[in-house]
Amino acid sequence: MEVVRLRVNGDERVCGVPAHYTLLETLRYGLGLTGSKQGCDKGDCGACTVIVDGRAILSCITPVWEAEGREVRTVEGLARGTEPHPVQDEFDLNGAAQCGFCTPGILCSSVALLDQNPTPTREEIRAALAGNLCRCTGYAKIYDAVEAAATRVGGKARRPDGAGPGPAPKRTPARGVGV
Amino acid sequence: MSARDDRGRASGRDARAAGQPGDGLSTIGRPMRKVDGLAKSTGRARYTDDIRLPGMLHGKILRSPHPHARIVAIDTSRAEALEGVHAVVTGSDMPTRYGIIPWTPDEYPLCVDRVRHIGDGVAAVAAVDEDTANAALDLIDVAYEELPAYLDPHKAIAADSGPYIHEPRKPGQNGNVTKVVRLEFGDVEAGLGDSHVVVEGDYFFEGTTHTPIEPHCAIGLAEGNGKLTVWSATQVPHYLHRELARVLEVDPAHVRVIQPPVGGAFGGKSEPFDLEFCVAKLSMMTGRPVKILYTREEVFYSHRGRHPFHMRYRTGATRDGMLTSVDAEIVMDGGAYASFGLVTTYYAGQLLTAPYRMPAYRFHSTRAYTNKPACGPKRGHGSVQPRFAFEVQLDRIAERLEIDPIGLRRRNFIGANTRTVNDLRITSNGFLECLDEVERASDWKRKHRRLPFGRGVGVAGSTYITGTNYPIYPNDMPQSGIQLQVDRSGRVAVFSGASEIGQGVDSMVAYIVAEELGVPLDHIRVLAGDTDFTPVDLGAYSSRVTFMLGNACIDAARKLKAQVQEAVAAEWSVKPREVLLAGGLAVQAGDTGTSMPVRDAFNLAEAAVGTLGATGSYNTPKDVHGDYRGATIGASPAYSFTAHVAEVEVDVETGFVTVDRIWIAHDCGRALNPVLVAGQMEGSAYMGFAEALMEEQIFKTEDQGRAGLHNAPSLLDYRIPTSLDTPALESLIVESIDPEGPYGAKEAGEGPLHPSIPAIANAIYDAVGVRMDSLPFSPPRVWRALRSAGVTGARRGVAR
Repeated sequence: MEVVRLRVNGDERVCGVPAHYTLLETLRYGLGLTGSKQGCDKGDCGACTVIVDGRAILSCITPVWEAEGREVRTVEGLARGTEPHPVQDEFDLNGAAQCGFCTPGILCSSVALLDQNPTPTREEIRAALAGNLCRCTGYAKIYDAVEAAATRVGGKARRPDGAGPGPAPKRTPARGVGV
Repeated sequence: MSARDDRGRASGRDARAAGQPGDGLSTIGRPMRKVDGLAKSTGRARYTDDIRLPGMLHGKILRSPHPHARIVAIDTSRAEALEGVHAVVTGSDMPTRYGIIPWTPDEYPLCVDRVRHIGDGVAAVAAVDEDTANAALDLIDVAYEELPAYLDPHKAIAADSGPYIHEPRKPGQNGNVTKVVRLEFGDVEAGLGDSHVVVEGDYFFEGTTHTPIEPHCAIGLAEGNGKLTVWSATQVPHYLHRELARVLEVDPAHVRVIQPPVGGAFGGKSEPFDLEFCVAKLSMMTGRPVKILYTREEVFYSHRGRHPFHMRYRTGATRDGMLTSVDAEIVMDGGAYASFGLVTTYYAGQLLTAPYRMPAYRFHSTRAYTNKPACGPKRGHGSVQPRFAFEVQLDRIAERLEIDPIGLRRRNFIGANTRTVNDLRITSNGFLECLDEVERASDWKRKHRRLPFGRGVGVAGSTYITGTNYPIYPNDMPQSGIQLQVDRSGRVAVFSGASEIGQGVDSMVAYIVAEELGVPLDHIRVLAGDTDFTPVDLGAYSSRVTFMLGNACIDAARKLKAQVQEAVAAEWSVKPREVLLAGGLAVQAGDTGTSMPVRDAFNLAEAAVGTLGATGSYNTPKDVHGDYRGATIGASPAYSFTAHVAEVEVDVETGFVTVDRIWIAHDCGRALNPVLVAGQMEGSAYMGFAEALMEEQIFKTEDQGRAGLHNAPSLLDYRIPTSLDTPALESLIVESIDPEGPYGAKEAGEGPLHPSIPAIANAIYDAVGVRMDSLPFSPPRVWRALRSAGVTGARRGVAR
């Protein structure tokens, strides 16, 4: 066991971990911050993405020692109190999370993007999320959510509870069948 | 066979469809948040591996390095002696065979005397931490006697002497054959003989696997009082409950299965796996909680994904393009165990008979065992592969007859309220509208055969079941049950045994309760996935949940509503049917101005009848299929229909195919929440696109280094699409309002996958004039197909 000191979501944390632990293992098993996920163990899927000094990084291939003295932000640190980050709220509104397992990593990549570029194009969003595999959504609703959040991070008001997402999918009644 | 409109319409049940969209429904049909949306976007949702119990041990499974071998001896003594190791278990500790299909139990929790693929589990350890558990695996000595391995299904089927992969069921049989199905409807040869055109073709669908982002994980906790609890990332808690009790010889009343939120499944978590038995057994041996989390490599070896299919089709049509006869010969590579293979072998043929009318149809499908991880059900179980081959055949017929491919499909439309050639009952059917939608949205008429060389569009259609009429084990009990309980605060608790795997089932039941009882969504709590306090639902498979659990939920809610209406009616001295529940209020019908908060209405009812609650259930129609052997497999209470158009660009010099956009029109009956339906459509089309262009679950042969070794067991090398690979996806929802579905709903989670693959194949043909009959359409395969057809960059435009 070694003692590691981390600054996570604004808190100073001290934790004893085996010397080979990654940042992800320390967050999940040392500090109980289980929001960040392990999907592949080797930097392929992006479910473990967290924000370190403003950049989205893969915590499952980052030795925990590399994070010492730096600012670590995880999915648990994106909301302000009980107020979800606009990206989190828009994920909910747009159905951007199905199983939700890739979601924490995608949220971190998205927040890191919006912090650097508050008005990304759809192509810039696609590029920023290229390291995060999602197996449920086909990514379409994720882009919708990040785009919608981008219009809000510039200080605009939060969308009210119960507000529907942008345009509802078009629905076509079939003619005279079934009933 | 003639249409049987009389039987097609007769349901004998209350028609739950409330009519057309916008017909007075207040919640159903609107875009809404999911009940678990915020938990998932804030990191609070607790998946199985997020659970840590006091004193928890970590388990690991030792796996076979050989594709086929006898286990001569296992010595665990050195592992047991390692400091920190608490228990070691081997196959002989759990010598009861199991299998998800009760008629084909052919696997053990850990191999007893024989390993049948690289990665087969042999022993398991529980230790204080993961490092110690891994170290202990290295100290288990297993002596193997290697056996010849079968990797090719054709060779496995051709074998005429043992050792087979499994013991033959009868002496003299080939133990390498899991199942053979031969069915013929109508006179196929006569139909082909009378045809104006017959197209023949061989097709190959490579195996693919589910790759949910969450690896399988389970925790076992045996308590001193005989109680056993297993938390698992499963999509079938009920079947897991049964098999844990049976295999581990524990009273099922003492077994509790808890299914936390599941991080993706797609069919890959729909049967018991070795880790669930191992955590339970290891906990029973140690008295401590034990967790096992698969590595990503183990997920690839656990597999149960799409079978490789070798298919030959002959399809006949008249001069007008009307289908006459279809003949299919299919060899399926099943891997080492039966899994759902009995059903897969039937589905390979049974589910092709809509949305087109076929006067005659025959299929002969054979599932072989091979010494590779077992194949099983992946999204669109058993019917995605034939659909690829058949929709390409239709494209070829259309071309031969110079008929527009969408027009050809319209001509052969089977209709609503009818029967298929194999006697499946079709009720609602919005396939024509699906064709109309993709034709319009894709600007088909201006694109097909008219785009510049290298660009093309293709179309395909499909159908899929909305659940199966028969459960996996024979019984007459409901397929879905649910329980509602009302609190004095106005809060309604929903106890649901269904499995939330990301498809939104927990939200679906909340929408239905809100609709029926008029309570706001945030007054509804859904408590799900715990066999100790929820009624049985059979699981998240075969696209059954919205239809079956939805109907069960309506059943429960309406019983409860009747009690509330009765009590309020007495208070107001009106008739119960004059009491409406909507918008958080009980309201008297008409413009009377009389109302009370729904909470007060609940309290009145509780005062009148006692504690307020209701159960509801749904069972499938059982008498609506043909009477031949196998007729029950493929019988569903309703069928969904889909059409896709894909637009592609083919780089002739590299063979690289880019899919620009897929238009997805899907008849889901009714979209209970159109955002979630569109999400299922997009996710399905994405997954089909991925199988079309990228994915291959393949294993090395002897001359590639090591027989039976997975070629690429990582998320880098087994290529699944990133955001940059995935095409634009456009969802077009079609609503046919099914007479038996909840508010008319049918499935949306699997059907919309099917047409992606043939639509892309047909689009490639439109682009460059080359037929792609083997999956995936990876650059080397496309490049070779282009070269062998004489299409090169220099001859651009000639091949047309």
